[in-house]
Amino acid sequence: MSSKSAKHKEPFVRMVKRDDLSPRRAWCYRGIAFLLALLAGGLLILALGHNPLSVYKDMVLGAWGTPTVIRETVKLTVPLLVSALALGLAFRMKFWNIGGEGQIMMGAVAAGAFGFFTAHIFSAPVLTALMLLAGMLAGGIYGFIPSYFKARWNTNEILFTLMLNYVALAFIKFLMNGPWKAQGSSFPRMPMLVTGARLEQVGGVHWGWILALVLVVIAWIYFNKTKHGYEVSVVGMSSDTARYAGINVRRVIMRTMFISGALCGLVGVMQFAGVDYTITEGITGYVGFTAIIVAWLAKMNPYGMLVVSVFIAMLKRGSNTIHTIYKIPASASDVLIGIIFFFMIGCEFFIRYKVVLRGSNKKSHDENCGEEAQNA
Amino acid sequence: MSLTGSLQIEDDLMSDTLAVHMENITKTFGKVYANKDVSLELRQGEILALLGENGSGKTSLVNMLSGIYFPDSGEIFVQGKKVTIRSPRDAYGLGIGMIHQHFKLVDVFTAAENIVLGQPGALAMSKRHIESRVAELAGRYGFEIDPAKPVYEMSVSEKQTTEIIKILYRGADILILDEPTAVLTPHETDKLFAVMRNMKADGKSIIIITHKLGEVLAVSDRTHVLRKGECVATVNTAETGKAQLTEMMVGRPVSLHIERPHTAKNDERLRVVDLTCCNKDGLKTLDKVSFTAYGGEILGIAGIAGSGQKELCEAIAGLYPAIGGAVLMRGQWEGEAVMEPVLGLGPDVISKKGISMAFVPEDRLGMGLVAAMNITDNVMLRSYKNSKSPLVDRKTPRVLAEHLIEQLAIVAPGPGAIVGRLSGGNVQKVLIGREIAQEPTVLIVAYPVRGLDINSSYKIYDLLNEQKKKGVAVVFIGEDLDVLLELSDRLLVLSSGRVSGIVDPRTVTKEEVGMMMVLDVVDPSNVSSEPPPEQLQMDLSLQDVEMGASAGGGSASADLFLRDAEAGGKAQ
Repeated sequence: MSSKSAKHKEPFVRMVKRDDLSPRRAWCYRGIAFLLALLAGGLLILALGHNPLSVYKDMVLGAWGTPTVIRETVKLTVPLLVSALALGLAFRMKFWNIGGEGQIMMGAVAAGAFGFFTAHIFSAPVLTALMLLAGMLAGGIYGFIPSYFKARWNTNEILFTLMLNYVALAFIKFLMNGPWKAQGSSFPRMPMLVTGARLEQVGGVHWGWILALVLVVIAWIYFNKTKHGYEVSVVGMSSDTARYAGINVRRVIMRTMFISGALCGLVGVMQFAGVDYTITEGITGYVGFTAIIVAWLAKMNPYGMLVVSVFIAMLKRGSNTIHTIYKIPASASDVLIGIIFFFMIGCEFFIRYKVVLRGSNKKSHDENCGEEAQNA
Repeated sequence: MSLTGSLQIEDDLMSDTLAVHMENITKTFGKVYANKDVSLELRQGEILALLGENGSGKTSLVNMLSGIYFPDSGEIFVQGKKVTIRSPRDAYGLGIGMIHQHFKLVDVFTAAENIVLGQPGALAMSKRHIESRVAELAGRYGFEIDPAKPVYEMSVSEKQTTEIIKILYRGADILILDEPTAVLTPHETDKLFAVMRNMKADGKSIIIITHKLGEVLAVSDRTHVLRKGECVATVNTAETGKAQLTEMMVGRPVSLHIERPHTAKNDERLRVVDLTCCNKDGLKTLDKVSFTAYGGEILGIAGIAGSGQKELCEAIAGLYPAIGGAVLMRGQWEGEAVMEPVLGLGPDVISKKGISMAFVPEDRLGMGLVAAMNITDNVMLRSYKNSKSPLVDRKTPRVLAEHLIEQLAIVAPGPGAIVGRLSGGNVQKVLIGREIAQEPTVLIVAYPVRGLDINSSYKIYDLLNEQKKKGVAVVFIGEDLDVLLELSDRLLVLSSGRVSGIVDPRTVTKEEVGMMMVLDVVDPSNVSSEPPPEQLQMDLSLQDVEMGASAGGGSASADLFLRDAEAGGKAQ
C-alpha cells in the first residue's frame, strides 16, 4: 500500500485562499485581466483577418463617436441598468431572481393593455402614468408569486422564476397571434403604439434615462440607509438571525420581490412605450439575463451597476458597428463580448484565491502574487 | 502488547519505527500560523492525546495527516517512510483514517452501504459478504452495530460507530478521532474508550483530539500539548495531572475557581409551565418542562447535548413552536408588574409588550449575529426598529459599539470590523455585550463559553455574575458540569427533554447530576403516552410554593395560565 503512495509528489497546483487583497491591488488585477481579455480578443480578430487595433478603435467610436450612436448606447444602457438594480435588490437577499425576463414582459403587456386600447380616452400624461403604474404592478405581482411560494413552502426560486419566464413568453405569443393581433396584418404582430402615447424624448432618448439615474441614487439609499435595506441584508446573510432579531422574514421576502419585479415591470414599460412602441417576443433584448451579470460584476452596488451597464451597452453597440464595417459575423462579435466577460469574471477568482505551483513553497509567499494574475 | 488494554506505557516500542512522525510542520492560513514548526510522534499501538485550547492547531495538524490540508513546509513519515499526502485517498492508502467531528455519512444508506461506499471492488457486491465482514470487525473490537440499519435511524453514537468501522474496513492502522466525545453521553464515552483500548491491543495506533482533561487522563498513553499552533510538550499521561496539563495548555498557572457571589433572592422573572415541543418528525423534544427563574440568580441548566436545551431556549424566545404549556415573563401592565404569557409570540411581539428578554443563542454567528456585517450593524440588530424613521440610525449603535469594544476589551480595529473575522471570544463578547446593553430582566445564555479560551471564558463568567448582582434572572445553559456546579445558584437537569430535577449545586455531587442526566432515557416512541414519572426534586425550592401568590394582578389570560400552573404544582 505505502509503496505506491510514497511516489506521490506535491500537487501540481493548489488554490489557497487569500487574505484581504488591498483594493488598489484588486483593481490592478482587474486591469490586467481586461488587458488580457483584449489580447485574447485581438487574437480572435487577427484570426478573422483584421487589424485588432483598428477594430477596437471602431468599436469604441461605434458606441461613442457621434451623437446618434451615443443615443443608441444610452438606449441599451437604460433597461440593463434598471433591471440590474431590480435583480441586485433580490440578490442582496440571496433570492436568485432569474425571472427578470418574465417580469419585464408582463410589465410591457400590462402597459400595452392601456397603451393599445385606451389611448383615445386619456390624455398623454394620464396614459403614461397609467401605463407606468400598470406595468410596475404587473411586474411586481409576477415577482411576488414565486416569493410567496418561497416564503410559504420554501420552493426553489431559481426554477420558479425561470419557468415563469416561459409562461410570460408564451402569453405574449398568444396575444400576438390572437386577441391583440394588429388589424390587417398578415403575420402575427401587435399594433404600434400611437405617437401621442409614446414616452417624451429628452436629449433624443426617452426620459427613462433620467429616471434610471435617479433610481441608481434611490437604490443606493434604499440598500444602505433604510431599515428595509438593512432587513434585506440580514435576511440574505442569515435568515435564522433575522428571525432571532424579530424580523418578519416572509414579509421581507415578499415585499422585496414585489419591488424587484416592479422595477423589471418598469423596464418593460420603458421598452414598450419608449423604444419599441410595440410588443414582440424580443421586447426584453435578454436584459433580464444580462442584468444578472451586471449585478454580480458590480457586487450589488448601484453605482457599480451604472458603470458596468454602460460598459456592456458599449460593447454591444460597438459590436454592431464592427459587424457592419468589417463584415465580422455577429456571432464573432458575441464571442468577443464573451471573452471579455470570461476574463472579467475569472479575475474575481484570482482576487480571492492565489494559486501555488509545485515547488513554489520555497519562495516567499507574499511576492509571487503578480505572476498569478497572468496565469488567468 | 497487553491484551487487557491497560494504560501502561510501552517504552520498548521507542526503538521500533514510529507509526507516524511529523517533523517541523508549518501551515499558514493567510498571515495566521495554524501550526508553526510542529513535530509529532505517534508510536505503534499507542493512544496519543492531542490536547490544546480551541484554535491551538490540533485539527489543522491532523488534517495534514488525513490529506485535507497540505503543509506549507515540513515532512511526514508513515511507518518510517517519507510520504506526501495530497488527498484523503492518499491517506487511506497509507492506512490513515480520520473520524471527523461532523460525520460524513449518506443518510439514506445503511451502515453496511456506507461502510463499503467508495471502496474498490467489483460492481456487484454480496450484501451478505459485507455484512459478515462488518459483523466480524464489530465483534473483534466490541462495537455494537446493526449493519442493515439506515443512518437516518441511528443515534449519534451509532453514527460514530459506523464511521469508525468504515475506516477499519478500509484497513486503517492509524486512526484519528477528532473530538469524538463531544456528542456522547458519559456512558457512550466509556464504551468508546473500551473500543479504543481493544483497537490499541490489536496494534492500531490512535490519535484522539480533545480539550477535556478528564478524558485525556482516562484513555491516553501519552499527551501532546499544543498552544497557539506550537508544540508545548509531550508527556506520559500517567506522570501528569489536570493542573499541569492546564498550565501547559494556557501557558501560565490558572486558578480554576469560579466566583459565586451571594445575592438576595429577588422577584419572579420567568416561569415555564409544562412546556412541550415536538420536532418535525413528531418526536417530543421537550416534555412538560416547568421551572421558574428569579431575579438575582443564575439558574444553570445541565444535560447531555441534545436533551432539549436548544429547543427550550428557542421556545422561550419565541423561535421554536410549542405544542403545549405556557411561558410567562415579567412585564408591565397598567403600571404594575405582571407575568405576561409570551408563548407563541414572535420575538418582535414580545419586545413590543415591554418585556426585555436577552438571549445569547448557541449558534452565535448563525443566529445571534450576522457574520458578514460589522460590529455596528450587529449591535443595532435588536434595536434598529425603535425609531419611527424609515432610515436606520447608525450613530447611536456606533457609539454603543465603541463603548462595548472599550468596556469588554474586544480586540477589534473598530466598530467597522466585520464580526465574522473576529476571534471566537471577541465574537461572543459582541453578542453578550449587545444583549446586556438591552438591560434585560431575563438573560438566557446558551453555551456561552463553547470554543472560548480559558481567559475569555472567565471574563464571560464575570459578566454573568455582574448581571446577577444587578438583579437580572440569568438562565445559563452549559455543557461543562464543573462550571455549572460552581457558577449557578440552582441547577436544573434535563434528560431527554424532561426535567429530571432542580438541585442545589452547593450540595449535590457531580455523580448525582450525571445520573440525573441519563435518567429515564426511554424509547422516545412511548414517552408521549405515559404520564411523567415522579420527578427527582432534590431541592424543591421554597419559591415554587410561593409561585401562585406572586403575580396577583395579572390580565385574564395570565390568570388562566396561573390556574394551570397551580394545578400542575398540586399534582406534584
